[in-house]
Amino acid sequence: MTEVTMVVNGKSVTKSVKGNTLMTEFLRDELRLTGTHVGCDTSQCGACVIHVNGEAVKGCTMFAAEASGAEVKTIESMENPDGSLGVIQQAFQDHHGLQCGFCTPGMVMSASALLKDNPKPSEAEIRDYLEGNICRCTGYHNIVKAIMAASGQDVSNIAAE
Amino acid sequence: MYSFEVERPTSVADAAAALGKDEAQALGGGQTLIPTLKQRLASPSVLVSLAGIADIKGVSVDGGTVTIGGGTTHGVVAAEAGAYPALAALAGNIGDPAVRNRGTIGGSLANNDPSACYPSAALASGATIVTNSREIAADDYFQGLFETALEEGEIVISVKFPIPEAASYQKFEQPASRFALVGVYVAKFADGVRVAVTGASEGGVYRWSEAEAALSGNFSADALDGLTVSGDDMISDLHGSGDYRAHLVKVMTKRAVAAAS
Ligand SMILES: Cc1cc2nc3c(=O)[nH]c(=O)nc-3n(C[C@H](O)[C@H](O)[C@H](O)COP(=O)(O)OP(=O)(O)OC[C@H]3O[C@@H](n4cnc5c(N)ncnc54)[C@H](O)[C@@H]3O)c2cc1C
Ligand code: FES
Ligand code: FES
Repeated sequence: MTEVTMVVNGKSVTKSVKGNTLMTEFLRDELRLTGTHVGCDTSQCGACVIHVNGEAVKGCTMFAAEASGAEVKTIESMENPDGSLGVIQQAFQDHHGLQCGFCTPGMVMSASALLKDNPKPSEAEIRDYLEGNICRCTGYHNIVKAIMAASGQDVSNIAAE
Repeated sequence: MYSFEVERPTSVADAAAALGKDEAQALGGGQTLIPTLKQRLASPSVLVSLAGIADIKGVSVDGGTVTIGGGTTHGVVAAEAGAYPALAALAGNIGDPAVRNRGTIGGSLANNDPSACYPSAALASGATIVTNSREIAADDYFQGLFETALEEGEIVISVKFPIPEAASYQKFEQPASRFALVGVYVAKFADGVRVAVTGASEGGVYRWSEAEAALSGNFSADALDGLTVSGDDMISDLHGSGDYRAHLVKVMTKRAVAAAS
């Protein structure tokens, strides 16, 4: 067991973990932050995307011990301080960017990482960035639309394919 | 996963000492190793994370050489290796953004997956792989599927890439895995052209010497017209037959030459 200390969604946490504890396990089982989903557990689907020191990473493919000392953000940090939906979350709701919602936490976390580096991405840039986020339901179109809307771009001319 | 401890040294010397212990293994970005551990295909007792060693991270340029620290992520290479555009472009097209934020060049070269991108860049550029004990020329480093010249516990500290006059990497993606179904890296230097092929051969990354000879005389896609590639020793799997891969080798080489010239 190793002791790890990290700041998760603004709060410092210290816990004792096993070497092979994944970030997804640490967040979901230890901290009960179950918004981070585990879809494939094989680094393919992106449902588990979180931010570690500001960068999008797959929580299922990183050990908690590796995040000691880091600042971690999960989907639970995306809401506004008053508990209402954050800008990206609201855009997903407004533009029907989710159906079952399983992929959504990862989609929102990837979108947020993209918009930090590229505040007004093109449709092609969004699709390229979401390469590692798989959605079985939506066909991606409304996800792309939601992210464009969240970045303040006009989406009225984007036809549903 | 079997159980193990994770150590996080901050110097190469401490990492080397930790790796000297029984059943210790280096952990780079974990993008290959963690899936392997989940499948119980590896059973280290200690994982020595290299991520805390500042000395093996970053990109520097000195004259005609770009040096990339062994612990540098693909994302950082994509953003900072602009002095060697073909290399930066290759790094920026590995996997997806989350993979690029963790995976490292040292991990990719140590793993030497037959479908990985970086081995072709190192081989075509005539790079030098610098470890904690020696320097290894790329021509001597790659030794077949998942095989390299690295000894047990040896750490890739950096990789020195001579910057070619022109270069391009063209990857035909296997759409599910995003690895190369076939990838070709062409690098043109003043004294000749080097061509490295990944994803295709059952022997792992290799130099296509006939193409190198043809292109060194005439650096144009047409120079390859007369060459044939045999599918005999090519990887054959559900994603593509050996003959299909052989066909792609020539197509992707032509595309790389066209993009580089
Ligand atoms: C979804 C997905 C898509 C991917 N797509 C591609 C792709 O398109 N092209 C591609 O090339 N790769 C791809 N990869 C693989 C990715 O590039 C890995 O990051 C890389 O192969 C391994 O690097 P790592 O730092 O993660 O190494 P790890 O997984 O940590 O380690 C891999 C091996 O290298 C050893 N090792 C690690 N660092 C060092 C070092 N500095 N010195 C010595 N030994 C070391 C480890 O002990 C281990 O044996 C993909 C991976 C995923 C999950
Ligand atoms: S659960 Fe991590 S990528 Fe699918
Ligand atoms: S909304 Fe169901 S997987 Fe994306």
